[in-house]
Amino acid sequence: MTSIPEAKAPADEVVLEAIGLTKHFPVRRRLRDLFSNRHDAVHAVDDVHLTLRRGQVVALVGESGSGKSTVARLLAQLYPRTGGDIRLHGQSTKVKSGSAFRAYCARVQMIFQDPFASLNPVHTIRYHLTRALKIHGNAGKTDADLEKALHELLQRVSLTPPERYLDKFPHELSGGQRQRVAIARALGAEPEALLADEPVSMLDVSIRLGILNLLRDLKERFNLAILYITHDIASARYFADQTMVMYAGRMVEGGDSETVTQSPAHPYTRLLIDSAPDPDRLTGVSDVEDEDRGNGEPPSLIHPPAGCRFHPRCPMAMPRCSAETPVPLEIGDVPGHWAACWLYDSSEVAK
Amino acid sequence: MSQPVIEIRNLNVGYGLGDQGVRAVRDVNLTLHRGEVLGLAGESGSGKSTLAYGMTRLLAPPGVITGGEVIYHPEQGDPYDVLSLSDSQLRKFRWNETAIVFQGAMNSLNPVHKIATQLTDVLKAHEPKMSETQRNARAREMLKLVGIAPDRMDAYPHQLSGGMRQRVMIGMALILQPQVVIMDEPTTALDVVMQRQILGQLIELRERLGFSVIFITHDLSLLVEFSNRIAIMYGGRIVEEAPASAIYRDALHPYSKGLLGSFPALKGPRRELTGIPGSPPDLKGMPSGCSFHPRCPKAFDPCGSEIPMLENRPDNRSVACWLVNS
Repeated sequence: MTSIPEAKAPADEVVLEAIGLTKHFPVRRRLRDLFSNRHDAVHAVDDVHLTLRRGQVVALVGESGSGKSTVARLLAQLYPRTGGDIRLHGQSTKVKSGSAFRAYCARVQMIFQDPFASLNPVHTIRYHLTRALKIHGNAGKTDADLEKALHELLQRVSLTPPERYLDKFPHELSGGQRQRVAIARALGAEPEALLADEPVSMLDVSIRLGILNLLRDLKERFNLAILYITHDIASARYFADQTMVMYAGRMVEGGDSETVTQSPAHPYTRLLIDSAPDPDRLTGVSDVEDEDRGNGEPPSLIHPPAGCRFHPRCPMAMPRCSAETPVPLEIGDVPGHWAACWLYDSSEVAK
Repeated sequence: MSQPVIEIRNLNVGYGLGDQGVRAVRDVNLTLHRGEVLGLAGESGSGKSTLAYGMTRLLAPPGVITGGEVIYHPEQGDPYDVLSLSDSQLRKFRWNETAIVFQGAMNSLNPVHKIATQLTDVLKAHEPKMSETQRNARAREMLKLVGIAPDRMDAYPHQLSGGMRQRVMIGMALILQPQVVIMDEPTTALDVVMQRQILGQLIELRERLGFSVIFITHDLSLLVEFSNRIAIMYGGRIVEEAPASAIYRDALHPYSKGLLGSFPALKGPRRELTGIPGSPPDLKGMPSGCSFHPRCPKAFDPCGSEIPMLENRPDNRSVACWLVNS
């Protein structure tokens, strides 16, 4: 356990990459579909590009149903992908089960949303952590090594003194403590990348920041690459270096968090930011431009709208939007800030 | 200030009796004024939902109301205590005078009945004199009011999206024109975009129809924006009550401050935030004195031994903290 050399790899090294990642879930065919040649599918994730670097947090923001959790599960290889590629250190990987999957897991770990469900209620904390250590070969040779490793894991997630927690059952811990155990379990594999799927949304508000600060601290100490999935764009701004916004299975905007939240380019990102609760807008209930801010709901992903998937709700939709799928376009204000929106096509601007 | 609609006096609600019992709501005093949106904020387990169910007598066993009174002021007539109503009086009081939109309301619709049936069912029970055409007309009107096309009357709940189901629930709560609407985390299951649309609409309806709202949520930043006054609960007690803007600008209780500091801001400078250390108290083993003192950064001598009372202050706000109350 102590063998982890802290910050061994150079910062900014690419750990995990998704290139054109696509996932379609087949829809059960009805009787009449059997006679036709129709194969419906839910287009959960389409053409997603994502890069996780060491020592950086990338946030994936979107509404429920936008496909952000599917991206995490694809990256963790819990689902087979329909198309595209996942590269670990530049090497294309596709693992299903067995030792290849174990080896992959040891490098890419996932933290789930609900710590009440992700820990087994009939086992102690010691059992959960021991299993993680043993499976990934980090338990050492003797019992004393294992004990030391367990203590170290709990100390890393600030559950001190470790003796107090080791032999407890999950129900004896609060939500925040349970999530810390889940994080410790992920760290037991000594991963390079953490995929955190809404790690704080099930927790009490007053302890959410404690967990986020812990993750940030771990990221710095162990030089982890973190994917932070959330629906709360304000916490993405607080926690993440880079923010990507997803809508209906596609990436619509990305860039460094400050730029994306302070000068959003895509109309959907603007809608998202305008909708977030803002205490400074005191009882400012009737917004003036309420009508042209885009109302309605996300589309069905079985038959997603042609072209840009946001165009039926978009206040600035042009004819081109319903015909052509927008490609990521540089905004030009800050390097690396892009949006998949025809508004930023230079030929369009020139007109 | 306008006249009160509901006055809660020294309300105590617990779960179970005797040694096994826990006190979920302790000595709560709260007044809801006519036409006001009162926000009730707190973490899970702070007793905010228990308070709402207790004051409407919807609490299922083992929940028991162990003391206090809830005075309701009808538009005409004398005020009365909700807690001492007989069953038949209570039936008249419910929905006609106060309505509740439950947590996870989108799943409270019956999946095997059409929206129309469920909306008119309320009228059938409470306004037996109404004819069927009148009932249908009223239901259509309600749907239009909450922004759903009346031709969706014949839809089943699964044919509507989550946001639409939530609107149906709000429409259903308003169908008898109650004076008070209690909303228990009405939008937590919805996305921010839908949340804003629905709350905006609710506030607009309130201005038009003139009912009062008790709005329960853990999202304080949402409350600051949408409510007139906010009461913050911790460990079953109200620790601070003040106008929304006052809480936001200058919270007096350390817990309120901590709660406000738990939400990263979307605008303004990026700051390092800490949240509140420790975890919420266990109702079975409440700390002595102020229940917040083990987590409080400013705890001093009296906090561990004496319980601070909610004291009224001249500027229309009250707070229960030894730092302020001296």
